[in-house]
Amino acid sequence: MIRIASGQGYWGDWPQAPALQVRSGPIDYLVMDYLAEVTMSILQKQRRRDPSAGYATDFVTDLGELLPEIADKAIRVIASAGGVNPRGCAQALLARARQAGLTELKVGIVRGDDVLDRALGRAEPALTMTPLEAELPFESVRQRLTSANVYLGARPIVEALRRGAQIVVTGRCTDTGLALAPMIHALDVAEDDWDALALGTVVGHVLECGAQASGGNFLADWRAVADADRIGFPIAEVHDGGRAVITKHAGLGGLVSAATIKEQLLYEIGDPRCYVTPDGIADFTTIRLREIGPDRVEITDVRGRPAPPTLKVSCVYEAGWKVSGQITYCWPEARARAQAAGQLIRKRVENLLGVDRFQEWLIECVGADACHDGLVERRDEAEEVTLRVSARSNDRAACDALGRELAPMVLTGPPGATGFAGGRPRASEVMAYWSGLVPREAITPEVEILEA
Amino acid sequence: MLGRLILLAHGRSGDKGDTCNIGVIARREEWYPFLAETLTAGRVAAYLSPLAEGPVERYELPNLAALNFVVHRALGGGGSVSLRLDAQGKTYAQALLRMALEIPEPLARGVRRHWAGRLPPGLILKDVARRTPRQGARR
Repeated sequence: MIRIASGQGYWGDWPQAPALQVRSGPIDYLVMDYLAEVTMSILQKQRRRDPSAGYATDFVTDLGELLPEIADKAIRVIASAGGVNPRGCAQALLARARQAGLTELKVGIVRGDDVLDRALGRAEPALTMTPLEAELPFESVRQRLTSANVYLGARPIVEALRRGAQIVVTGRCTDTGLALAPMIHALDVAEDDWDALALGTVVGHVLECGAQASGGNFLADWRAVADADRIGFPIAEVHDGGRAVITKHAGLGGLVSAATIKEQLLYEIGDPRCYVTPDGIADFTTIRLREIGPDRVEITDVRGRPAPPTLKVSCVYEAGWKVSGQITYCWPEARARAQAAGQLIRKRVENLLGVDRFQEWLIECVGADACHDGLVERRDEAEEVTLRVSARSNDRAACDALGRELAPMVLTGPPGATGFAGGRPRASEVMAYWSGLVPREAITPEVEILEA
Repeated sequence: MLGRLILLAHGRSGDKGDTCNIGVIARREEWYPFLAETLTAGRVAAYLSPLAEGPVERYELPNLAALNFVVHRALGGGGSVSLRLDAQGKTYAQALLRMALEIPEPLARGVRRHWAGRLPPGLILKDVARRTPRQGARR
């Protein structure tokens, strides 16, 4: 049996979690997910300004402090923290290891996911993609691409583990592959044991969002989650290719129940019979869950099918600019005043720039109906409402001009405006997401082991 | 009983680009058939139309007593394109769970029992059985 612990659900997740997982009980593997859809594009820009940048710097900070304990307890760490520069990430981590006197540490890096230059035609062999679902044709976004990364699976991580890496840093990798890799490595799962690979994929899906499987964002009964100030991230005990138990460290807070696991299983999936990864397809409609003890949920009966001949590529392309700002209005008539102020701002910007400079406007009343607009029985007597006014344009200057129209509302608009302390909102780049498929044989993952 | 879906179900929602998926899970396994019969893809699409253009696909997971709704053109462009406060559909499960439903009587009894003593306000909109004073209730 191996224990795989989740340490991070995304870049920005709880920084105390990795240390609590390492210190509060036994674990064999710590898996940490850092890359959301648009993260790669942000990291590409950072690397363009500074060739040593382009990875999740928080990983180096948070894990750096734990390196002596990880070495001592022989915990192996797998993280998609490498972004567009896994080597830079590994080198920064090795520098921390040397400072701590750890001269034996081996860090594996997985590369080969970054296909931006090939997609742009700047590197050979050039790569063409087929759009997923009903998206725009590849040629229409190609010249505007700012990142293009193939989702690699568990196999390159397994190779790094076999070659002795204690820490494996990847670029774009499926979230599920991070947790499937140790299972393949430690339990010797055969390459065509599709049911076992599907179980590992389901375990990976449960772990990939951290505490969302152990009491965080728990809609069924959030009051039932005990001691959430020290919420325990989920841990999977994988017994063999047919059975895993999701649990957490007993000394930490949180909750693991059939209901918390079900909510996470349903998170960000499409057709549940067909959860596609590079390592195989998992059928979520066969999963059997059983509560077998306090904070212990058993997963069995997962069925799998062979992996598809294609790999998914996630791309980001430039799509103009946007700006968004907020002002709060108090009782009485908070919502009416916020609405009126939003319309005034729009009118003033259009008086200045004309009516056709923006592709889209949105005026929202936070506190009244911003989340569920059109479904709310109107609550006009809200105590206070935050106006949120946003717009999108191809013109950066137009967005900045809108940003300058918010603060003047305090003295020139409806009464009761406050809470305008965050400074003038500025234009930010719109990074649009595009995904496509490439033939598996067009991609060659690379594995390398670096030593302190 | 006229009550909100959240009495019968919990769930979670998330995004992939401009597509949002909403998982709806029966709070008790025996309530799943009612949800599967009531929450058709068409009804969910019509209900969510102020937020999402659609279409909506529905998938069944009887093993988890759950339904998965995949809602297309749901997030005002999605990701960083969307201007919405909830550009990632994090609140969409709750949006669906506020749907008002006519809950037939045998099931309504189960709902009252399930929530006895801990019912949050505003979830039951009309309950004839409750308003009718029971005989001998005074004693």
